[in-house]
Amino acid sequence: MKWKKLGQIFQFDKTPLTKIFESHSQSPQAVVFDSFIRVYFSTRTRDKTGKFLSHVQYVDYTRDFETILGFSNHEVIRLGESGCFDEHGIFPASPLKMNDKIYAYTTGWTRRKSVDVDSSIGLAISNDGGSTFIKHGDGPVLSTSLFEPFLVGDGFVRKYKDKYYMFYVFGERWCSTTVENSPQRVYKIGVSISDDGINWRKMNKKIITDVIDENECQALPTVVKIGTQYHMYFCFRHMSGFRTDSAKGYRLGYAFSDDLTTWQRDDSLSGLNPTEGQWDSDMMCYPHIFKVGNQIYMLYNGNEFGKHGFGLAILEGT
Amino acid sequence: MIKWKKLGIVFNPLDHSGFDYMNTHAQSPSVIVFDDFIRVYINTRPPIDENGYYVSYLSYVDLNKENMFEVKNIPKRPIMSLGKLGTFDEFGIHPSSVIRDGNKFRVYYAGTTRCESVPFNSAIGVGISIDNGDSFEKIGDGPVLSYSFDEPFVIGSPKIKKFNDLWYLFYSAGRKWVKNCDKVEPVYKLRMAVSSNGLDWEKHGKDIIINKLGVHECQASADVFFKNDKYHMFFSYRPHLDYRLGGNGYKIGYASSKDLKNWERDDTKTGITVSKEGWDCEMISYPNLFELKGKTYMFYLGNEFGKYGFGLAELTGDLK
Repeated sequence: MKWKKLGQIFQFDKTPLTKIFESHSQSPQAVVFDSFIRVYFSTRTRDKTGKFLSHVQYVDYTRDFETILGFSNHEVIRLGESGCFDEHGIFPASPLKMNDKIYAYTTGWTRRKSVDVDSSIGLAISNDGGSTFIKHGDGPVLSTSLFEPFLVGDGFVRKYKDKYYMFYVFGERWCSTTVENSPQRVYKIGVSISDDGINWRKMNKKIITDVIDENECQALPTVVKIGTQYHMYFCFRHMSGFRTDSAKGYRLGYAFSDDLTTWQRDDSLSGLNPTEGQWDSDMMCYPHIFKVGNQIYMLYNGNEFGKHGFGLAILEGT
Repeated sequence: MIKWKKLGIVFNPLDHSGFDYMNTHAQSPSVIVFDDFIRVYINTRPPIDENGYYVSYLSYVDLNKENMFEVKNIPKRPIMSLGKLGTFDEFGIHPSSVIRDGNKFRVYYAGTTRCESVPFNSAIGVGISIDNGDSFEKIGDGPVLSYSFDEPFVIGSPKIKKFNDLWYLFYSAGRKWVKNCDKVEPVYKLRMAVSSNGLDWEKHGKDIIINKLGVHECQASADVFFKNDKYHMFFSYRPHLDYRLGGNGYKIGYASSKDLKNWERDDTKTGITVSKEGWDCEMISYPNLFELKGKTYMFYLGNEFGKYGFGLAELTGDLK
């Protein structure tokens, strides 16, 4: 896979979002319209306890990404009620066009006592072209199960062969003995299948092998079909030390498949690595692949988990 | 007419010293009749910890079959471990319901975790026993019945049954957390799921009984018993506020069904209510019906959700 980096196209600090939100534009994900491209991302406020809340906002670009057309200046998806899975943030929201509606698969966050957080995947539906979304119920559409005990999130849905496939992340364990002096999580990538995009059957398997060790954390799968083959990008990191040690931080991983459920990982083919001295020198994470006409693009975050913005790359060849 | 004769309190953990994990509470009685004794599975608690929290453990008491007021055996330690760090059942197993499955046993239980904005959340897990019901092991770290778009939190109070070769799970699903001064209180409704293997569940997706105390009525512990060509459900219900002490505590309600799906609630037929005084004068809840030597009995909890144990009643009328 041969990519050309187009640089950091979104700088949070230079947007009117700073009037309301404190920082971050994480996990950019696109919906391509006839005359513009809308990029959803998660940005942050703080609640009265000083802890972060993630909120979905968007920015509209021309189809060549040369010009920003505007920003959301309203609540796009409201956070959940007290006790709900998405009470303390939605990050990310992954959009999918469904006829005249847009579905957003949200990762909702709720805070716990013994560990920081838990998450599940919800569905919110837009009837106004993606400006606002209404939740399909107060609860999640994909949550914990017998062999996926916590931290279900990062749902990315595409329709292939008359079925909906959701690539997502599930928690495997919390480790309490870490340099952070707080429990750290381990999570892996799985796949779930649906006839309607609402009711899901998990395949109950980890589909991407580890390259670091058994505690490798894998997140945010994104899939594109080119010819007859499916290509997946995701990000992965060490379980511990990833915030401060760039060698342990997020990188992009790559796998390919013929059948969507059996994946061959080969990061050496990814074609995307950090660039020294640039905004993505220490970290690359939260990839999102999409097509604009015949072009294939990837949005992603760089250093500090997307605290300052996101960037774009274009596929030049396979 | 359904009529219950109260026989008194059977087991109070305060009467049995030497069990560190069993200080107070004998909640959610679930009976298995063995050849030589009667085993009542319960959820019990050690003293409150330094941070002011309880945990709940699975245990049991064995009773003399000839005299159910005689306790024969109490296990020395909990019979199933709590969940690992970050799992749904890290801080408690309560309530629970045990069933025979061939030569094995299964326990279905609500696992409890602690949250920041609300005190807890729960989901339903399963444990399996291969040692004749003496101890249980989990088959996975997660729940078998969890949150869904129309059941957002507090999935609990399971009662497991098998009818017509299918597994039925009657349970409660949280609807809303209601603010009351500086606390929040959950509202939950009785729901149902069906399964061919007891692990993969299809939720019925509906409240199975109507409210009697308004939209915020809390409903739990639906014990379903088949008799005289009819399914009889005894369950617990209460208002959502000020229910811990005094007259607003849990009461036992009644509903019946021909098909397990459509339930007709009629609490006037319950045949049992709180006593004028004594251990069950404020609250009665968590009924569990069983038959022994041609008679029908009910174990149930008294005041303060079974903090001081469970009691026994005998059916003197008929389940019709």
